[in-house]
Amino acid sequence: MKLDVITTRERPSSSADTPVVLLDNVTVIYGSNRALKEVSGRFNAGAVGLLGPNGAGKSTLLKALLGFIKPASGRMTVFDLDVAKHPLEIRARIGYMPETDGHIPGMNAVSFVAYCGQLAGLPALDAMQRAHEVLYYVGLGEARYRNVETYSTGMKQRIKLAQALVHDPDLLFLDEPTNGMDPKGRDEMLELIRDLGHNKNVNLILSSHLLPDVEFTCDDVVVMDKGQVAAQGPIDQLKGPAGRVFELRIKGDLPSFVEVLHAAGMECTSTDEDVMRVFVPDGASRGRKDQAMLFALAAQHGVQVRHLRPSIPTLEDVFAKALGEQ
Amino acid sequence: MPGQAWTVIARAGILTMIRKRAFLGLLMFAWGPFLVRAVQIYVTANYPQVAMFAPTAETFRQFLEQQDFFVFIVTIYVGAGLIANDRRANALQIYLAKPLMRAEYIFGKAAILFAFILFVTLIPGLLLLLLQVLFAGSFAFLSKNLFLFPAITVAAVLQALLATFTMLALSSLSKSARYVGILYAGILFFTAAIYHAMLAITGSTRVSWISLGANLAQVVDVIFRLKPRYSTPWPVSLIVILGLVALSISVLERRVRGVEVVT
Repeated sequence: MKLDVITTRERPSSSADTPVVLLDNVTVIYGSNRALKEVSGRFNAGAVGLLGPNGAGKSTLLKALLGFIKPASGRMTVFDLDVAKHPLEIRARIGYMPETDGHIPGMNAVSFVAYCGQLAGLPALDAMQRAHEVLYYVGLGEARYRNVETYSTGMKQRIKLAQALVHDPDLLFLDEPTNGMDPKGRDEMLELIRDLGHNKNVNLILSSHLLPDVEFTCDDVVVMDKGQVAAQGPIDQLKGPAGRVFELRIKGDLPSFVEVLHAAGMECTSTDEDVMRVFVPDGASRGRKDQAMLFALAAQHGVQVRHLRPSIPTLEDVFAKALGEQ
Repeated sequence: MPGQAWTVIARAGILTMIRKRAFLGLLMFAWGPFLVRAVQIYVTANYPQVAMFAPTAETFRQFLEQQDFFVFIVTIYVGAGLIANDRRANALQIYLAKPLMRAEYIFGKAAILFAFILFVTLIPGLLLLLLQVLFAGSFAFLSKNLFLFPAITVAAVLQALLATFTMLALSSLSKSARYVGILYAGILFFTAAIYHAMLAITGSTRVSWISLGANLAQVVDVIFRLKPRYSTPWPVSLIVILGLVALSISVLERRVRGVEVVT
């Protein structure tokens, strides 16, 4: 049962270029470890993915934006408000779904979500009403009187989303929202996030190391690696540079053939098994068909092509390219 | 409303506690000494034959001292899990992602324990004073001992402050309420044991500042205009109490954070 509990916002056509979060040379240091290194970037209105491998600094960035961690240097703004000067005003407009399980001990779901609503400034009665509605929205309507401690992992993820939504925030921070969920639950969670970002027009930042999750739910992406922004922009633009992608499997000297492809201006990334993805930029094939050029290169270097299939550029290519450049 | 989130935390915490039957039983039991003292006040006010048991200023001091046991139990029962349970359930990140300051969170948690301690000390203490006036039918005792009203208030508040902040600081150090309870009891008993050992060695009560309970007893004696029971100057005892509260606040400031940074 999905109710229209989240205010559907009017998002002006120009808002896609309006930054909700701006980062200017932000450095965060834990002891001797620089978790964020002079990060500059922007998160536009809409659904933005914060993508990167574990330890890239995604969660650190979200926690810094919430004011949990004080950056050693740099400036961060959310809705044009300086995080260092207006943390409470910012948090009143943010809903945060943390990565790790979190609940208030001894409370059932509806009390917990209503309590979070009150903490966010809602009057008690409104908070309780919103709690019921939001719990139905996230699919916990039938289990709302159960103690949160008895919930399964998937249910705990949903209740974390519910508590983040209860005060109808302008911006959602979702930190690895599908962690530990079974495939069905994961799909449902992604549908919810997509609905929030695209139908309810809630601004959201989805932090994840799972490329398909970001690709399914977000329009823009910020790729992070080793505490730095490796790439950022609309996913379609990042995915669709001039050029084509092929899946390629060969028999022969793989490392030297990869070097040949690199020398010819192509980029190769290995995937599962022995299939690699080859990105052929425009102009690299010098007027020939891309496939014909790949076959020709293989023939020249005594390599057998066992599998060659055109592929659609995915976020994985963007990710691999960005990390490769790093 | 900004700055009011602590009331939400305090109200929820108090309601959670009073929904527990065992705790309600404990609270009722903690009012037992009040009933005994009320009967004493009634009987002495109405039967001159037992006038020797008539309440004095010291009676109220004794009453508060009797309540020390219940303060100890309530502090452990209510206080041990106040922050430890939130740390166990990763609730701090939920709280501190909302528009409230860390001080509000601490204040809200402190208010829960503070309220229950005052419920077993200040409220029955002041009610006894009121009953004395009602049963005696005159203000003679009260006007002669007018200092009792502020004395009961200040003594109860000081005790509640010490117990609340010490327990909250300990609660912020662990994820196990049980461990925190044992630690709190251990500190109380250990400091008392050290004091008694030192007393046996030196033969002087000047080292009473070592014991947490002795410091409080010393200061409360002074508040009730009684001769202090130990040789330690009472300002020293007061400094130890206030120092402990300050130390506890410092621990809380370090431990209550939205993220635990391990370097």
